[in-house]
Amino acid sequence: MSDIYRVACAAGFSGDRLGVAKPLVNALLQHGGPACLIFESLAERTLALAQLERRQNDQLGYEPLLEEMVEPILFDCVQAGIPIVGNFGAANPFAAAAVIARLAKEKNIPELKIAVVLGDDISGSSYRKMIEAHLAKPDQELLAQSQLVSANVYLGAKEIADALTAGAQVVVTGRVADPALTVGPLMAHFKKSWEDWDFLASATMAGHLLECGAQVTGGYFADPGYKDVPNLSNVGFPIVEFDSQGNICVTKPDSTGGVVNRLTVTEQLLYELHDPASYLTPDVVADITQAAVCDLGGNRVELTGVTGHPKPDSLKANICIDGGWLAEAEISYAGHHALERAQLAAQIIRDRIGKDLALRIDFIGSSSVFASDSGEGPTINPSKSFEDIRLRVAAAHQDRQLAMRVCREVTALYTCGPAGGGGVRTSLKPRLNTLVAFIPRAEIKPSYVFYKEEHSK
Amino acid sequence: MKNHLTPLYQIAHARTGDKGSRSNISVIAYRKEDFPILQRELTEEKVKAHFGFRNPSAVKRYDLVNLQALNFVIDDLLDGGVNLSLNLDSHGKSLSYWLLSMEIDAK
Repeated sequence: MSDIYRVACAAGFSGDRLGVAKPLVNALLQHGGPACLIFESLAERTLALAQLERRQNDQLGYEPLLEEMVEPILFDCVQAGIPIVGNFGAANPFAAAAVIARLAKEKNIPELKIAVVLGDDISGSSYRKMIEAHLAKPDQELLAQSQLVSANVYLGAKEIADALTAGAQVVVTGRVADPALTVGPLMAHFKKSWEDWDFLASATMAGHLLECGAQVTGGYFADPGYKDVPNLSNVGFPIVEFDSQGNICVTKPDSTGGVVNRLTVTEQLLYELHDPASYLTPDVVADITQAAVCDLGGNRVELTGVTGHPKPDSLKANICIDGGWLAEAEISYAGHHALERAQLAAQIIRDRIGKDLALRIDFIGSSSVFASDSGEGPTINPSKSFEDIRLRVAAAHQDRQLAMRVCREVTALYTCGPAGGGGVRTSLKPRLNTLVAFIPRAEIKPSYVFYKEEHSK
Repeated sequence: MKNHLTPLYQIAHARTGDKGSRSNISVIAYRKEDFPILQRELTEEKVKAHFGFRNPSAVKRYDLVNLQALNFVIDDLLDGGVNLSLNLDSHGKSLSYWLLSMEIDAK
């Protein structure tokens, strides 16, 4: 491959492992060619949580680990001309830019050019009618009965690419489609047409492979004896090598653990994908029905044959609304008759609050995740072989006091429940509900600006 | 004729993803020659029945021959998904391993 551009991804979600960017940047420096570093830290709900945080403090609402993510590699990236692109702006991209500007100052980096992508946030009251018009009927009612927490459109890659072309060294975004973090730099570098659907689709699938970080390099994969991963505790994060023809090669820094092979790449290629002929993004509809994965050995895997179709007319928006309260409480029973005592405890909880709350009850050690909320599902019948059961009770309700009763009743099992219950833990958290709307492009006006200090005042 | 029954995990690996209450589970043959077995054994009906206790409303299968993989898109599998489910695993991330426990005729 000639004229290779490398994209390295140092985070796959908010809360991903820190310290993984350094080996990536070192690998990029060693290769020496044009490259960028991306951080994807904005899952579906993360932005709503960030919006709640911003309401408490208007200097917050960006990725809480931003400083720890960027600080170790900022100087090296700027010096080597490796732009950093991240959706770590979350609900407050200007505040995130301010943090990065401060870090730059501390490191004596002069006049760092930080671009901020705008236009995804449609939570303002002027958008309310427009949002309502594009929600399904039942969702309109849900919105009417609840409080809007956040509303964001998934933007595409154009503003990221334009900002990079204009010289941005760091690009901070809020909500953009995850692959856009990769498509933007690739479009800025290769300067293809925004109607070159096959190229855009290849770039999009490169972004798709990168956007969950270690999930393509051996994370979320190991199954001892079947799918072994070397040195998983030091799993490396991915690098994609991309050429002007849209050929993709996935790899990782040599110094790191993990594995890139046909299996890891195929699993991640299909991750969160529905119809393989139409993977919808703001920039293109990608099609992998003819795609092929080829393991080149040495932790290098090629993906070819991705094709593209014209981009959709509307943009997806996530509307987060207040979803009441989620209460969870647990208690353990161990030793003989552990399951029987846990079942008796569950019956006590059902008798006391089952009429007021829809309860989910798990018997961890026998059944913890497969069953449906109604309790139906496969369970391991211990027949005396399980001696350690953790009872878990969960319920959600709009009324905080009512939800709280789950915590109170499970706590009361200490003295009022079966013998030998211990280790109660309870939690009561506000819950969010997400509605999806498809907004016509004409309603959304994405843009970018270069950050100046007055933006954060 | 139950002699040839074997758990799916002997010949395939899988990964689950989620969007709302919809789950997608990819099932990938370790060996190319086993892919036709997956195509034959893992019908939409059988997969739907295997997850019957979760009451999925629909199962759609996509075949990716080049990738020796099937992609199952299963609607309403997640009790409302990450926002609404009371499950510890509200994403349903663990469900690939329930599918891999399915007994199939691998002959």
